[in-house]
Amino acid sequence: MSASAAAETSAATHEPSSAPTSPVKGRPDLVRVAARVVDLHKVYGKGEAEVRALDGVSIDIARGEFTAIMGPSGSGKSTMMHCAAGLDGVTSGEVYIGDVDITRLKDKALTTLRRDRIGFVFQSFNLIPTLNAQENILLPLAIAGRKPDPAWFDTVIDTVGLRDRLSHRPSELSGGQQQRVACARALVSRPEIVFADEPTGNLDSTSGAEVLGFLRRSVDEFDQTIVMVTHDPVAAAHTDRVVFLADGHVVDEMREPTAEKILERMKRLDVRVRPDSAGA
Amino acid sequence: MLRASWKSLLGRKLRLFMSAFAIILGVSFVSGSFIFTDTLSKAFDGIVNTVGEVVVRPDTASSDFDSGPTAKTVPGSLVTTLAGLPGVARADGNVTDPTTFVVSTKGKLIGGGGPPGLGLAWNDAPTATGVPPATIAQGHWPERSGEVVLDSGTADRAGYNVGDTVTLVTSGAQPKVTATLVGLAEFKGGTVGATLAFFDAKTAQQLYFEGKNEFTDVWVTGKDGSNADKLAARVQASLPKGFEAVTGKSVAKEQATGINKALSFINIFLLVFAGIALFVGSFLIINTFSILVAQRSRELAMLRALGAGRRQVTRSVLFEAFVVGLVGSTIGLGVGFLLALGIQALFARFGLDLSGSPLVFQPSTALIAYAVGMVVTMVAAYLPARRAGKMPPVAAMRDDIALPESTLHRRIWLGSVLFVIGLWNTFLGAFTPISNSAYWVGTGVFALVMAAILTSPVIGHPLIRFLGAIYRRLFGAVGLMAEQNATRNPRRTAATASALMIGLTLVSMMSVFGASAKASVDKSISENFAADYVISNAIGQPFSTTVTRDVAKVPGVAAVSPMRYLSVSINEDRGFAAAVDPVALGKAVPIEFKSGSLADLRSGTLLVSETRANEQGLTVGSKVDADVAGAKATYTVGGIYVSTAALPNSIMVTLDAADAAGVPKQDSAAFVVRQPGADPKAVEAGLEKVIADLPSVTLKNQDEFAAEQRAPIDQLLYIIYALLGLAVIIAVLGIINTLALSVIERTREIGLLRAVGLSRRQLRTMLRLESVAIALLGAVLGVVLGLAAGWALQRSLADDGIDVLSIPGGQLAVFVVLAGVVGVLAALWPGRRAARLDVLKAITTE
Repeated sequence: MSASAAAETSAATHEPSSAPTSPVKGRPDLVRVAARVVDLHKVYGKGEAEVRALDGVSIDIARGEFTAIMGPSGSGKSTMMHCAAGLDGVTSGEVYIGDVDITRLKDKALTTLRRDRIGFVFQSFNLIPTLNAQENILLPLAIAGRKPDPAWFDTVIDTVGLRDRLSHRPSELSGGQQQRVACARALVSRPEIVFADEPTGNLDSTSGAEVLGFLRRSVDEFDQTIVMVTHDPVAAAHTDRVVFLADGHVVDEMREPTAEKILERMKRLDVRVRPDSAGA
Repeated sequence: MLRASWKSLLGRKLRLFMSAFAIILGVSFVSGSFIFTDTLSKAFDGIVNTVGEVVVRPDTASSDFDSGPTAKTVPGSLVTTLAGLPGVARADGNVTDPTTFVVSTKGKLIGGGGPPGLGLAWNDAPTATGVPPATIAQGHWPERSGEVVLDSGTADRAGYNVGDTVTLVTSGAQPKVTATLVGLAEFKGGTVGATLAFFDAKTAQQLYFEGKNEFTDVWVTGKDGSNADKLAARVQASLPKGFEAVTGKSVAKEQATGINKALSFINIFLLVFAGIALFVGSFLIINTFSILVAQRSRELAMLRALGAGRRQVTRSVLFEAFVVGLVGSTIGLGVGFLLALGIQALFARFGLDLSGSPLVFQPSTALIAYAVGMVVTMVAAYLPARRAGKMPPVAAMRDDIALPESTLHRRIWLGSVLFVIGLWNTFLGAFTPISNSAYWVGTGVFALVMAAILTSPVIGHPLIRFLGAIYRRLFGAVGLMAEQNATRNPRRTAATASALMIGLTLVSMMSVFGASAKASVDKSISENFAADYVISNAIGQPFSTTVTRDVAKVPGVAAVSPMRYLSVSINEDRGFAAAVDPVALGKAVPIEFKSGSLADLRSGTLLVSETRANEQGLTVGSKVDADVAGAKATYTVGGIYVSTAALPNSIMVTLDAADAAGVPKQDSAAFVVRQPGADPKAVEAGLEKVIADLPSVTLKNQDEFAAEQRAPIDQLLYIIYALLGLAVIIAVLGIINTLALSVIERTREIGLLRAVGLSRRQLRTMLRLESVAIALLGAVLGVVLGLAAGWALQRSLADDGIDVLSIPGGQLAVFVVLAGVVGVLAALWPGRRAARLDVLKAITTE
């Protein structure tokens, strides 16, 4: 109770100017926010070589929703996710996971927060080659020194359909299976939010569809919050909401997307962006 | 988390084995030297403990190895008195001479070079444990003159059987003895290289005490149930002045202390090299772990992203180091056993036969081995492990993983400070009359080596660039790529080269020092040696004074100067001294005097070397408390001379002073001067005739004498080279390891090069050139440092007689060339692996 009260106060101080694209309007909905970034800036390099990867991005991520971040290459979508997930530092701005501003956290607290409240799915799976599937899935719990909840573990395993593959090493699994292991790893510690970085980028369309179906189910059935960075309109079509980034700015968003609508929107984005980047 | 570390270890067995190898070599050396010295000590224990319940001896005699022999004896009448004391069961007089050697059937001397050749009067006196030390295995004990019993090992080596006539040489009045072998004895616990010859008491007294009824010492045995301490006290009370009664236990302790001192020297000598090997090995470990961490950076970053703390990641890497250390130490301990066997065999060749004693394995050896192995591994792995912990989590999501490389500023800064300190200390030690100069040079050179290690990524750069220019000219694009690969990760290249550099610094330093020492000996002998011949004992044992007397009678001999080496301490500071005849010595050797002259050496005075005079603040006329082989008296410093290779001793006393102190009448060496105009051939023939019957005594002319003086320097150098070879082997392993890991790291790049047309042969050449560049970098830095260190060492010892600097240029050049060859060899295996890579697979490797 006190936590949510704190969340309200803490959020309240930052609320006023917040994102124009935010679907959350007014205080009663604040508890529905799993994560938010406020006026985020990220600058690489100095002087001539300065690159403004993020230039004032604000997004709210609703709890229990499947959100896609889209944009052309160099739009800053990956950087946005790295910052939002506490993997990378920010130049200025605030990043909230629940009610905590993670930009103010020291490395130790940030590590604990990542461990206990965030799950990750990487484009290149990032499984430990020397561990088998089950060991890889349980790795976050092992790091935290926690015992897995057997019922939940079974549920996750059955959902990703890996029961007969648990003793296999990553090298003995197909790409799709590896990514499903990675998804199970992200879910097994029941994180508040899962960040997925191009999870289907290295997969063929069938395996990709499987993985996306699984992510969709975990949102629908377990009320999991997922943020996915992708450039694939088909993948983004599995989500509830798509946020479009270009040149380090949020340029648009779309609810109940379909692949066609997204493709259409992306084309316009490209047209809008291209002359600009060509000029630079 | 532990499980993840464990599995990661199992997945990289080969790579970790390479770094474990350094630990294996280092630990095996540590444990091997401990096992060997423990075995040696145990073997000596057996001998030391064969001593009577109570020993009565002249009170200047001590079994401390440091003080010289004494000629004071116990009169036979005292033995009879002791036997009659109440509570005494028996008293047995012993005659012991440590310079009686057996000559084999082929005319060769058995034993020598350390262990004594014991001539003993046989008796059946029991030791403190109640059993006589030796038992007869064949034949019977000697009963009359002309009979001798040898220990069976010696008889076997000399080729004698019971009934044969045995030849022995002694330093007593009768230098050559022949006797019939009437029996073979077994000595309890082995003889540790000593040879034993038993005579009957009368014969022994004839040989060693000129026929007088005297003994070296007496073993007193109490009646049943007596207490050794009480017995000793009672016996002591009845003794006339000049004798003491000591329990066998304390005699054994005295001897053990002396032996342990000698053994700890061997141990420390071996451990120094083990330390060097481990130090070099730690570079191999640092490099291996750095590369492993670099290769696993994505994995480690992923662990960080999943919520592993910095410490957890650091610990997981340290855990791997722990296991490597554990495995390395265990194998090292096992190899140490084999090494101890090897050292044992080596010592047996020098006459210290330990084949009778099984290897002694103390629990402390295992403890030390594990402690050393684990600590070195963990400490070496700590830096890479800490860097692993600093891996930014975002690296898990990026393709281009740049490891957080700290700048080299701190290293350069620290290296420069060390360089200045090193230069200063070396300068102080080498060029100023500071005391303890070896210490200053030692710490200075160490600081310079550390400075070179720290700054080698920077100072090595121009060298690699220079090589690169040659490579480019000779090998074109392949040479260019080799150069760039060598400079790609300067720290790694430098660390790999540093390992070789340390080995080569020491080798070149010893090489310069050895050449200088030999040149100094030559110069000193040609300048300061007027004598035409030197008579000495081949095994470093003294010989009978009759030899000197006979030599003086040879026609054409102008003068003979006998020298008796003994131990003298001045104001508690012990030194190597010679008792001389000033008149004869003056004719044989020109001596440079800083003050006083040879004529000032007479009764009540002594001469000291310039070095000693400076160290102790002595001047002519100083009154000093001197302990001449156990006889303490006040002497006046008569003169200060400059010691040379011919006169290396730091103190000179008169022969009379030595006689008065009870030093045995045996000469250590004698200088012979020919009469002007005498036919050298005739004189030589005459001299040879005098010593013809004494295989242990040799005659050398000036050249031969110089060669003999040089020989131990060479011997020592070879031993040191062999031991330093260990460090070089580890350094070579380091190069192989670095290259092999680099190949794995650059798999994709190599695939690409092959895809665009680089042939297998070109690929191998590229790696070979990189390897040679690393090896040459280490070699050149090492030789330059070694040259400076050797020069400094020579300068610091210039006052001690090493006053000529000789740089063995050819030898140093050979070292550099050999390093190049080592580079070629080190690239063989990594080159083969790289050439075998499947091009398609290599390109698609992550």
